[in-house]
Amino acid sequence: MAIFDNANYDFIKWRWHAIALSTLIVLAGLGYGITRGVPLGIDFSGGTIVVVKFEQVVGVEQVRSALAAGMSGENVIQSYGDPANNEILIRVPQMVTEEGAALEQNARAIVDSITKANLGKFEVRSQEIVGPVIGADLQRKGIYATLASLLGITIYIGLRFRFAFALGAIAATLHDVLVTLAFLFFFGYDLSLNVVAAILAITGYSVNDTIVIFDRVRENLKNKRRDSLDTVVNLSVNQTLSRTIITAGTTFLAVLSLFLFGGEVLEGFAFTMLVGIISGTYSTIFIAAAIATVLSGKQAKGRAPATRKAS
Amino acid sequence: MSKNLRWKVLVIVGVTALSVWSFYPPDQKVRLGLDLKGGVHLVMRVQTDDALRLETQTTADRLGEQLKTAKIPAGGITVAGPTSFSVAGVPAEQDAAFRAALTEVEVNYDRSSGVGGYVFTLKPNIVVQLREDTVNQALQTIERRVNELGVAEPIVARHSAADQILVQLPGVTDVNRAKEIIRSTALLELKQVEQGPFPDEGSARQAYAGNVPPDLEILPGTLEGAPGQPATTGYYAVRRVAAVTGRDLRNARPTLDENNRPAVSFSLNNDGARKFGIFTQANIGKQLAIVLDGRVQSAPQIQSRIDDEGRITGNFTNQESQDLSLKLRSGALPASLTYLEERTVGPSLGADSVRAGVMSALGGLLLVTLFMLFYYKLSGFNALVSITINLILLLGLMAYVGATMTLPGIAGFILTIGMGVDSNVLIFERIKEELAAGKGVKQAVAAGFDRVLLTILDTHVASLISAAFLFQFGTGPIRGFAMTLTIGLLSNVFTAYFVSRTLFELTLSRRQVAKLSI
Repeated sequence: MAIFDNANYDFIKWRWHAIALSTLIVLAGLGYGITRGVPLGIDFSGGTIVVVKFEQVVGVEQVRSALAAGMSGENVIQSYGDPANNEILIRVPQMVTEEGAALEQNARAIVDSITKANLGKFEVRSQEIVGPVIGADLQRKGIYATLASLLGITIYIGLRFRFAFALGAIAATLHDVLVTLAFLFFFGYDLSLNVVAAILAITGYSVNDTIVIFDRVRENLKNKRRDSLDTVVNLSVNQTLSRTIITAGTTFLAVLSLFLFGGEVLEGFAFTMLVGIISGTYSTIFIAAAIATVLSGKQAKGRAPATRKAS
Repeated sequence: MSKNLRWKVLVIVGVTALSVWSFYPPDQKVRLGLDLKGGVHLVMRVQTDDALRLETQTTADRLGEQLKTAKIPAGGITVAGPTSFSVAGVPAEQDAAFRAALTEVEVNYDRSSGVGGYVFTLKPNIVVQLREDTVNQALQTIERRVNELGVAEPIVARHSAADQILVQLPGVTDVNRAKEIIRSTALLELKQVEQGPFPDEGSARQAYAGNVPPDLEILPGTLEGAPGQPATTGYYAVRRVAAVTGRDLRNARPTLDENNRPAVSFSLNNDGARKFGIFTQANIGKQLAIVLDGRVQSAPQIQSRIDDEGRITGNFTNQESQDLSLKLRSGALPASLTYLEERTVGPSLGADSVRAGVMSALGGLLLVTLFMLFYYKLSGFNALVSITINLILLLGLMAYVGATMTLPGIAGFILTIGMGVDSNVLIFERIKEELAAGKGVKQAVAAGFDRVLLTILDTHVASLISAAFLFQFGTGPIRGFAMTLTIGLLSNVFTAYFVSRTLFELTLSRRQVAKLSI
């Protein structure tokens, strides 16, 4: 059984369309981020989150009015996870005051307000308080880790393949990061530690996919010296097409299970992975090789292929 | 079965058995992170300025005493900040004598001429050294307190910035108590009371006509009300220099006072006992202030010479007297602490997360299994064996190196399944191509594996690079993810290439296979 028997699609023909589409999504995402601001989770923005589980049914509005009595400011109050669990998440922004004892004031105020409002028995399921120092620190680290990871991969591919290919791979990876971010914005997910971890995992996955094709290109260039680079690249994409689709499909299935059963804590992580897998597969087929061919120049022939030998 | 093949099978069975042995039983061998077990994660900053200020204050005080003894008039010694103080109004004709008195001060302080006097600034290398020492001392004190709390597998370590400390307490449910115990300075000082108590600070200063001598200080304290009345605050004038401090403590334990109320009794070490004996002998009839973190807990009259035993009374609950003894036993913090980050996961949420994580991992494995069997038939079974062995190796290695399993770590498991499938698919598709090109089954399988090895290595190295940077990023859960992913990638190279290949060879060695089920 095979999905693509002797696949022979002209992917290279579509490269400009693909680049245009991706640019559009990325620009829309960037526009969204610039106009509305990047939605940061408390890991990065600082603030307080308390998740409370009630014994009986309590509405979000009830909690809101309970808090309004005791606390001011823009609070986010929403039902958390399965509605049958009666769990409510309360997020309060960072107080302006400096670190110290003040840090836990908000969390205490939340619990006190709910106790006073007499909403029945409840249990604090989790409580997260992130001060401004840590928030800024994690922001810096997150950006640093993502960039360093991209750079590290570029260097590795640059060593293993010719440089234009490294640029193609990194363009595809950067593309995946940006597209994933755009979709996170569209679907209203906050940027949290877990989401950044998922984005880093996506960089690994995306490059992984791209390398499989590049490896095949390198192999084909050795055997088919007469064909143009475009032809060889297109052939390689087609030869690896089944593998690309099957791998993406199975990984997608595995992560889908995480998205469905992994619970609220990992939802953002799983969603990021799902988008990243789709984007990674798309960019592997349409973007990575396309950019590599464009950068290698139109006239590039199969001769003088990989600058270094495979081993 | 050829000898070569027999060896390969033996290696695989051996490694798998070793892994199972390493993680079995999993609830004891696999260490769970805070997000799965429940507990509290704290990041705090050591206010190292406190220690610098203390050093500067002490040095300035000592210099003042010295000048007094040497009869050098100085207009005033002012502590300007944590690292500097100034001396004003030294007469020009005594300048030489003044400078001669500085030998001790100038070991640690740089002298410069300021307006109408001198400014002394702590040397930069001493500042660094002092800050470092302070953080290390705080770290050790917190470690002792956490150990006394009786938490299993706590983490007390330095955090990213130089003055930050990370504390993780798995399984702790009373977070506020834990935080209180960690944060209290718990500095015990026994000082002589000069006058007091006064009802307010103003009247305490009034007693010295508004000019409190430099060797005295005014401290707030708790005054017990008459029976049935609440305690009030009063003020004492006490000697600045303590007769004995918590450093001379040998032990502290909860006890009851004569009215059967919770109290803390302490005993002093030899050095402390000697000092305390001399002090109490000389001050019989006077009041002794028992000062805890700058507040007078009680001020009993000294009846007779006391050597090495004492008692702290106050309005303690049982819990408070226990906690105070714990803190005193583990020593005072060299500086105050402020909390920067706090994450608490309730044990019920942790248990739910474990369930959700296991569910999603099994769900993922099941979905992948169905697909692989449907698409690759018998060869799919091959892939499943190698993926399962991969997961077993992953668990075994994690238990072996003592890595922590977190919720994102479970996500790492699921991604490992994905990676395992990927490598197998890569190989299978290649074998199919070789078969389509007209090669025999054995040759096709051999060529498939050989050609793909390099690709597998390339992809895994690239993924390892991003996993390495992931490890650098953040603490706790994310590190768990990076760790799982890294170990998963490493074991996958072994299972996808070696195990999967051996399985194929095993099948093909038994009989002549004309058509591969792939």
